[in-house]
Amino acid sequence: MTGRSPTITRRRTLLGLAGGLVFASGGARMALAMAAAPTERRFVVVILRGALDGMAAVPPYGDPALAALRPGLLPPPVGAPDGMRDLGGFFGLHPALANLHAMYAANEALIVHAVAGPYRSRSHFEAQDCLESGADHRMTSGWLNRALSAMPADPATVAEGGRAMAMGVGVPLLLRGPVMVGSWAPQAFAAPAPSLYAQIAALHGADALTGPAIAEGLRERGFSAQALAASGGDGMQQGPARYSFPALARDAGAMLAAPGGPRIAAMELGGWDTHSAQTARLAYPLGQLDAGLGALKEALGPAWAQTAVLVMTEFGRTARMNGTGGTDHGTGTVAFVAGGAVQGGRVLADWPGLGAGRLLDDRDLQPTMDLRALAKGLLTQHLGVPAAALGAVFPASDTQAQARGLVRV
Amino acid sequence: MQAMVRFGLGARPGEPPPSDPRGWLAGQIRAPDPTMLDPAPTTANGLSILRSDRDAKVTAAERRTRPLFRAEAAALLENALTTPAPFRERLVWFWANHFTVSVRRPACAAVTGAFVAEAIRPHVTGRFADMLLAVMRHPAMLLYLDNVASVGPDSPAGQRGRRGLNENLARECLELHTVSPAAGYTQADVTSFARILTGWSIDLKDDPPGFVFRVGAHEPGDKALLGQSFPPGQQGGEMALAFLAAHPATHRHLAEKLVRHFVADDPAPDEVRAVEAVLRDTGGDLGAASLALIDLPRAWQPGGKLRTPQEFVLAALRGLDLPADRRPALLGAVGGLGQPVFAAPAPNGWPDRAADWAAPEAMIRRIDWTYALAGRAAGVDPMQAAEAALGPLLRAETLDAVRHAGSRREALTLLFASPEFQRR
Repeated sequence: MTGRSPTITRRRTLLGLAGGLVFASGGARMALAMAAAPTERRFVVVILRGALDGMAAVPPYGDPALAALRPGLLPPPVGAPDGMRDLGGFFGLHPALANLHAMYAANEALIVHAVAGPYRSRSHFEAQDCLESGADHRMTSGWLNRALSAMPADPATVAEGGRAMAMGVGVPLLLRGPVMVGSWAPQAFAAPAPSLYAQIAALHGADALTGPAIAEGLRERGFSAQALAASGGDGMQQGPARYSFPALARDAGAMLAAPGGPRIAAMELGGWDTHSAQTARLAYPLGQLDAGLGALKEALGPAWAQTAVLVMTEFGRTARMNGTGGTDHGTGTVAFVAGGAVQGGRVLADWPGLGAGRLLDDRDLQPTMDLRALAKGLLTQHLGVPAAALGAVFPASDTQAQARGLVRV
Repeated sequence: MQAMVRFGLGARPGEPPPSDPRGWLAGQIRAPDPTMLDPAPTTANGLSILRSDRDAKVTAAERRTRPLFRAEAAALLENALTTPAPFRERLVWFWANHFTVSVRRPACAAVTGAFVAEAIRPHVTGRFADMLLAVMRHPAMLLYLDNVASVGPDSPAGQRGRRGLNENLARECLELHTVSPAAGYTQADVTSFARILTGWSIDLKDDPPGFVFRVGAHEPGDKALLGQSFPPGQQGGEMALAFLAAHPATHRHLAEKLVRHFVADDPAPDEVRAVEAVLRDTGGDLGAASLALIDLPRAWQPGGKLRTPQEFVLAALRGLDLPADRRPALLGAVGGLGQPVFAAPAPNGWPDRAADWAAPEAMIRRIDWTYALAGRAAGVDPMQAAEAALGPLLRAETLDAVRHAGSRREALTLLFASPEFQRR
């Protein structure tokens, strides 16, 4: 059922085929679109489903109001053992994000803070729909697909029948739309994140039949019994490596690197909905994300220099710690833009502050930048989407001009 | 909702629970079977393909019976996703499992679909005696339990020497299909019944190919079975089967299996007796027995039965109601979860107790499959899906987890992996 070799075989098979085919297989967290793009540039979007706490990933430790808001949620200071990694004196990076910090140090990562989409929904489902639609309401297509249709066509690929191919089970809304996008997924990744396993185990906890069976099954898969006893999955870091996001990212990188391969990919990673025990629970998904970024870079090889990766989440989390050592659904958060093509090494933020009267609804980080401005800048500057097409990609977004200077020229 | 879950194949969006659950179920028993399969399996077609495979001496991988089987099995599963008579369809699957044939015997692949269509489906609300006769005459069963080659020792073919009696079908018919060991039959009964059934075979060369009674392989003389004497010839076998079908031990055995399947792993004796009495009083009317199941009080208590992998996969797909091009492969799904279609390991069929299906790895595979399935269901509203699939059976705890899940995919995984959705 699992294992690495089928993945490789399948990939080779796929890459040997002309586009225009749709593949369906079981279970996945990646969709790759091979667009008729006149470009060797690579673009990867990573959707963090469940709402990443931006102030945990990138603590604004220089803000004097921070410590009082969330005393139990701050990593050790810069310079301490396992402490934050510094981002220039005001912001720090979570200690689990070592690869991202190295990219930042190499001017290949841009950290964007106090960012949000145009919607103010605090519902995961609605907000993810909006995030992927690129609008303040759910649309039937995603902004990345609409961007594909706006990209200048490459006559060679058009001649092959409009070779827009995507790979991944369930194409995310982000990539759905008029441009045909197939899907690909390695069977090995058809397994939930540890936190979801833990939630399911908890639902079965009182069941005399299925409860012990599921607990034992997870133990046999390498999850510890203590972790199951703890609600929500904290301590479940010992999951089997075969399901890892980094392995998937590595596959994505290899495919994107291949001559004639896909040039655009979307991936997703869950486990961010940290209503309780946030410090313990965030370490796993952050580590997965960071290792995934590292694996992607490594697999891309020289093509990394032509790559931009956008990491985004549907909303942030409350500025204050709640009563269970976690945070609840909020608004402003972070986004990351990484890659050899990125004008990085800086934090892009118009910091709103956390002091009295500065929080949105007296609870959330006030967003000062629109995610669409970031996405617009990447589409035009990196992928060559004509500025005139941006209105169709992000409807009713005229007030949000593209962010400038995101990629190297 | 309990009617759809307990007696049906799971609820579907757009099909609200019936206002008169008992009437809805009884109506399916009284109305004709609405099933129209594509491809429509027939024994003649299956055996013709089997014959040409054998004539061409193809390798296992080249057998044309394999794609035929897969197409027919997939059609049967797909029918189960949308049938307007899910209770009747459950009965079809129940009786097909009672009279297990399995592609573990590769030749059976040619006629398994036809077996269900011809020997099971027409009789699920008819008389058990008719179903038993249709099953025992059917090439699928004759191939599966080796009766095609069973030869009476004193028959002309037996006197020529090379082959002899095969007791397989006779033994399983007594033990599994009819009276069960509770009837106290002996090895002598088994051997004698095998002699009664000698000559019940298939003719692949005939046009169309099908059942044949080979007089030359039939054991001559009267034979005894459970104290009764049966004359030689095909008629003697038909009489023996009619006798077995009407035997009180058969009624008890069938009643217990029906109540175990539809009500509880450990059936209550009074409920078994109630169904047994109906079978006895109606001369083995399976429609009447099915209606009696609806009247059992415990049948209306939620939970209790763990869905088998097949029931779970069908229920989840019915609950999502995905368009055909977004559904996962059904055959692969049920096989991956441990219950491949018509591939039971032994003639006693798939087990009907939770303990046989709730192994740790089996449960984790269900979760993993659910997660993969949920990845195909982008756009499905988890709260609406929860209401449609479980309605009042949904626990507050599960509803809360679904509502607060971090993504639709996680929400749907929690819904379909929940303990209440694993039950029927």
